[in-house]
Amino acid sequence: MSAVTAEDHDHHDHGPAKGLLRWVITTNHKDIGTLYLLFALLMFFVGGTMALIIRAELFEPGMQFVNPQFFNSMTTMHALVMVFGAVMPAFVGLANWMIPMMIGAPDMALPRMNNMSFWMLVAGILLLASTLLMEGGAPASGWTLYPPLVLQTGTALPFAIFSVHLLGISSIMGAINIIATIFNMRAPAMSLMKMPLFVWTWLITAFLLIAIMPVFAGAVTMLLTDRFFDTSFFNAAGGGDPVLYQHIFWFFGHPEVYVMILPTFGVASTIIPVFARKPLFGYASMVYATAAIAFLSFIVWAHHMFTVGMPIAGELYFMYATMLIAIPTAVKIFNWTATMWKGAMTFETPMLFSIAFVVLFTIGGFTGLMMALAPVDFQYHDTYFIVAHFHYTLVPASVFILMAAGYFWLPKWTGNMYDEKLAKLHFWLSAISVNILFFPQHFLGLAGMPRRIPDYAVQFADWNMISSIGAFIYGPSQLIFAYIVYKTIKGGTGEKVTGEVWEGAKEQSLEWTLSSPPPYHTFTTPPKDVPTMSTSR
Amino acid sequence: MIKAKQFSAVLTLMAFGPGSAHADYTLNLMKGVTQLSNDVYDLHMLALWICVFVGIGVFGTMFYSIYYHRKSMGHKAEQFHENTTVEIIWTIIPTIILIAMAIPATKTMLEMNSTEEAEMSIKITGWQWKWEYDYLDNDIHFFSSLDEASNKARQKNSGIDPRDVPHYLLNVDKPLVIPVNTKIRFLFTAADVIHSWWVPDLGWKKDTVPGFINESWTYVEKAGTYRGQCAELCGKDHGFMPIVVIAKEKADYDAWVVEQSGLATAEENAAEKEWDSEELIAKGEKVYANNCASCHMEDGAGIAGTFPAIKGSAIVKGELKEQVNLMLKGKGMMPAFGQMLSAVDFAAVSTFIRNGLGNSVGDSVQPSEIKILQSERVSEEDGED
Repeated sequence: MSAVTAEDHDHHDHGPAKGLLRWVITTNHKDIGTLYLLFALLMFFVGGTMALIIRAELFEPGMQFVNPQFFNSMTTMHALVMVFGAVMPAFVGLANWMIPMMIGAPDMALPRMNNMSFWMLVAGILLLASTLLMEGGAPASGWTLYPPLVLQTGTALPFAIFSVHLLGISSIMGAINIIATIFNMRAPAMSLMKMPLFVWTWLITAFLLIAIMPVFAGAVTMLLTDRFFDTSFFNAAGGGDPVLYQHIFWFFGHPEVYVMILPTFGVASTIIPVFARKPLFGYASMVYATAAIAFLSFIVWAHHMFTVGMPIAGELYFMYATMLIAIPTAVKIFNWTATMWKGAMTFETPMLFSIAFVVLFTIGGFTGLMMALAPVDFQYHDTYFIVAHFHYTLVPASVFILMAAGYFWLPKWTGNMYDEKLAKLHFWLSAISVNILFFPQHFLGLAGMPRRIPDYAVQFADWNMISSIGAFIYGPSQLIFAYIVYKTIKGGTGEKVTGEVWEGAKEQSLEWTLSSPPPYHTFTTPPKDVPTMSTSR
Repeated sequence: MIKAKQFSAVLTLMAFGPGSAHADYTLNLMKGVTQLSNDVYDLHMLALWICVFVGIGVFGTMFYSIYYHRKSMGHKAEQFHENTTVEIIWTIIPTIILIAMAIPATKTMLEMNSTEEAEMSIKITGWQWKWEYDYLDNDIHFFSSLDEASNKARQKNSGIDPRDVPHYLLNVDKPLVIPVNTKIRFLFTAADVIHSWWVPDLGWKKDTVPGFINESWTYVEKAGTYRGQCAELCGKDHGFMPIVVIAKEKADYDAWVVEQSGLATAEENAAEKEWDSEELIAKGEKVYANNCASCHMEDGAGIAGTFPAIKGSAIVKGELKEQVNLMLKGKGMMPAFGQMLSAVDFAAVSTFIRNGLGNSVGDSVQPSEIKILQSERVSEEDGED
């Protein structure tokens, strides 16, 4: 390390490289963070467009716009793009920007790998998108890629599988980088229990990623050999088992959904204390609850498969284990509530999105608890009730918190204030329309509408129409966010913000002790003290 | 001004509501028609009410705090944090609630699982995209697929309003008939990909997995017609393979069983008879529409790259044996139609595709020929083994 430090002396005052090449070759955590975030935003609109195609087709009974095969491609690609292209990269972007600044480090531990993992993500997503143009169409078997159905995919199959490999490698590299950074580059004063909760949640998430991405890569590789090299992992006729794939997939898939929600918890736990002007209520219990949720995520996978035909012992075990998740999750929700209790709250846009997150995520948690009851899941499973559940835990949860994070840190990143009026408009449009969009889907599912169908019986018509109206409001409303981001980068309201930006934020976390925008290289020497208002003291 | 805007928005919403209220919709899970489905319903309601009460508590506290603990109200932030007693209490309370839910859930789960002492068994096989029903206690066996009226209306831009089709997408050509007050065991498997057999009124769904057998059971107490759908994504026409179960009083059911054996004899007789080609083509067109058109398209053009065209196909225009063998055996995504179609239907659709859809081989295929080819095919397969 010492050799590097000696050399580094010349580099200290250098800004970014000039021109477009800066963004291709950059190893700066802030630049790479920006790349991740902008790419994720772009993919959010790509995936969102697919969702609008789905909702347009479902606006009325009968087939109006697309054929059923393309409809299935849309549901599949919408999920893959949103999960692997939008939500995960957005959180990696936040991690890149914020973790070094929150722990007092000059950059990520492995800057060149950082660059590589971003560009591999782009390559993976482009490869995935290219399957839309292939003979036989894009994968249409749902994002879970269940065999034997997925093996009926046309030319696209090997390309989709290779794209999953690339995305997996990219995620693993990102995760290694985050772990290495957190373990090795914290300011000396920052013990593990003094790390901001966002850093903690990402540390745990990174371990989840390293554990699960190889499992998914293995599963899809077995699909590849089943299709092209005559193996029979999942082919009953050759002695294999199609249900085996589901076990492997959900061993990946369940922790995977927590990969999208744990950093969400971290951001919410960062924002709520700032606007309540209070310490986070139970820092230690939040850390333990996150770890508990992460652990449980590995032992509950088959609750996605209650109807697939399991021995009764399996059904009961997975039901009990799944119900346990409610406990640490409840602890978290109580903690956020207690943090707000007797605070001095103000309601800037980041806080509004965070409060909406706590409320709407809780609704998603409630339906999750209901589904944990195996006998009732025999009714809920594969219906719109499930669609409503996981969209509540992803859209008004992860996506809302990503919006909150955007508003929260944009002034820090750019040095400019965003347009609060427009941002509030964005919030209210989103918060109302997201409920018009997803709440009626509970009714549809309970009334008996299966998921992943391009057309439906007429008794489902009313709520589908209302849901689609919600989608047509929610989707375009997000353009306001893109506009606000653009405007803020270009100078915002013209009001220059202080380093602290939000009242009292300096007490909460290190990044607010820096100027806004922060210099290109920050914390080249580690800070002496770290704020401990919302951590253990 | 704002008021006026609001009012017009509400009016628009209301116009959408009743304007499209053409069928009775429901908001909640249905109670169903079996004891088990009622137990499931009760469990659902228990969980729902627990969630509602917890929600009122949590959201109530939160909104109280949002209202009263605002900076703009002059509230000063208190700096308390970490309280072990509180944290232990709010860990224990959810645990107790969970146990209270787990007990009835376990009971219902065990009940659902016990298929013992069934009085009759029906084997259900999922196909892309229809259901095969096999009554294991007597020789009744048939396929059940989307009814013709729905199938016509569901074609893209068909011009038919689904609201005018009775039970749109929830009607079949031949429903499953079961007796009431009888414990029936169902055995599930699939021929191609995974499907899931779901009739909400029975209270459960079960996946049908190729190569494996799943079990479930029902005991319907009320005669009636109960409708459901495939619940596991199974490809292009996943949304178009409904299930209809008719539960009949025992006497009516017995009559139905007798009627079925009569139908089987009639089918055999029809296969013996010599058909003229117009009859065959007319019948074949229908068979084609119900079984082939969803992939090969109504005009036989197929979909380039995915589903081969019938129009001008070398196989269809070639030797009859080769074409029939392909249809009997299936290929890739194409299911084996050998079991699905009767000899008459098979002959009819063969005649239709050879002489319609732009093809003109000029022959007419008789059911008797199909039967010969079928038995040759079977003996060839035996030979392969």
